[in-house]
Amino acid sequence: MLLAFSSITILALITLFIFREGAPLMARVGLGNFFSTEWRPGEGLFGISLMIVGSTVVTFGALVLGVPFGLACAIVLAEMAPDRARTLLKPVIEILAGIPSVVYGFIGIVVLLPWIRSNLGGPGASALAASLILGIMVLPTIIGISIDALQAVPNSYREASLAMGATRWQTIRRVVLPAARSGLVAAIILGMGRAVGETMAVIMVAGNSVQMPRSPLDPVRTLTANIALEMGYAAGDHQAALFATGIVLFAIIMALNTVANLARGRRVKRATAPAAGAEDLQAARDDAPQGESPPGAPGVTGTQRP
Amino acid sequence: MRPLVARALVLAGLLGALGCGRKPATGLTLAGSTSVQPFAEKWAEAFQAKNPAVEIHVQGGGSTAGVKAAVTGTAQIGMCSRELKPDEAQAVTATVVARDGETMIVHPSMPVNDLTVDQLRKIYSRETTSWKEVGGPDRRITVVTREQGSGARGAFEDMVMNGKQITSAALVQDSQGAVRQMVSTDPAAIGYVSHGVVDSSVKGLRLEGVEPNEETIVSGRYPLVRPFLFLTKGAPSGAAKEFIDWVLGPEGQAIGRKEGLFPPAKQ
Repeated sequence: MLLAFSSITILALITLFIFREGAPLMARVGLGNFFSTEWRPGEGLFGISLMIVGSTVVTFGALVLGVPFGLACAIVLAEMAPDRARTLLKPVIEILAGIPSVVYGFIGIVVLLPWIRSNLGGPGASALAASLILGIMVLPTIIGISIDALQAVPNSYREASLAMGATRWQTIRRVVLPAARSGLVAAIILGMGRAVGETMAVIMVAGNSVQMPRSPLDPVRTLTANIALEMGYAAGDHQAALFATGIVLFAIIMALNTVANLARGRRVKRATAPAAGAEDLQAARDDAPQGESPPGAPGVTGTQRP
Repeated sequence: MRPLVARALVLAGLLGALGCGRKPATGLTLAGSTSVQPFAEKWAEAFQAKNPAVEIHVQGGGSTAGVKAAVTGTAQIGMCSRELKPDEAQAVTATVVARDGETMIVHPSMPVNDLTVDQLRKIYSRETTSWKEVGGPDRRITVVTREQGSGARGAFEDMVMNGKQITSAALVQDSQGAVRQMVSTDPAAIGYVSHGVVDSSVKGLRLEGVEPNEETIVSGRYPLVRPFLFLTKGAPSGAAKEFIDWVLGPEGQAIGRKEGLFPPAKQ
């Protein structure tokens, strides 16, 4: 109890601190300045909209790569692969999550950037490079939560479908996936949170130019990169502006987590409504992976649990 | 990390002072340029090893913050890695403790060997976009710069840009090593790093026909030389004076040289 409250207190203090440092600056320079496209902290111009664009671009780029691969991988592991393969592959994917992000970034610099530069053109460091690296980095989140969601679908659904003459693929596509939909949505959203919050790997491969990207090969700067790049030197208003960037990031992560929770919550309600034993069990299982929230907001999902 | 090192040093200093039962430690705070900071930490470490009675705290904050710290007295010594502005020069006493030559680097395969400061300014403001315009192959130039607030960028803006903005299309890297890494893997890139950081993975350029080396940097003939300044309010005194004298002496300078800095003497 005490421990639970202490984590909530810490989260509250962090929130309070970020807002106390950043909000006065937002109020002082005005939202017009703060959401403009000019980031020249030396001259009092603190526009972060290009960083918001940068974060959005690399995040969706990462999802374009990560979602199809992640869902396909989860379906194979949960529905098709023999138990032996599953017990072997699942830990491997979990190890993927344990690789430090600086290692992903370094591989990006040494392998990916030169490849993009010589085959696709541009400076190499680009939104595309960041998307590719992030696309791989979100895989463990998406796969892990999706597998849990798929496994939570009661076997009776599959048996019923197969008994009616549906093929295995039809069963997966028409029965299992729709039944697990809200869990899969939550997986994607939490993957998105992971991509938005990633910093080190992105700094290393995205190029960090504050400009409007006109093609995937143009460099971009994300919100997280902006904070990490300049925090070492920043003082006064510049530092406050970086905290204000943190507020925006915080709001985005909170929104994503809330949406992920709502998606799951809806599933729980729908499942418990018929009050069948199997569905209750599923609802309980469906709830289980909630602990794996992205690092940006450790207590957020926890606080909403009954 | 750095505050941790500083704290560890302080602790070491304290323990030393207590252990030997000497008079209570005198505190000395250095604050300012993050370009000078790593060297100041090396100096502080070596100085404290010999003078355990002095505790030295080294803090960052940037050159401008260094000037402010010296003026307001929050630090006995302010650190600055660019020339002082006229009004700043009136408020503090500056001692040049070392010089650093910023070297322009390109990929080893780039045939261009020489640029003028004017060409450099045009490259960094994106008026020149192709290597062809400065005597190289017909390739788009990848401009690499440092992040806002870094001393290296500040000095580059002062000495080269002349009030112009560095293009927003420039790639931003957050350390000398990252700039070098980026340039060493991109045949069309150009970046700036300290002379001590240049290695065989990149090629250093002559600027205005002057090769960056010890002789041209110390004499000031090379155009991109920035001073590392220790600032004090009035003439240095007490522990600050002892420390500055020691840094300027043979031991301090030997450490600076080992870390890739050049001696302060001009002419």
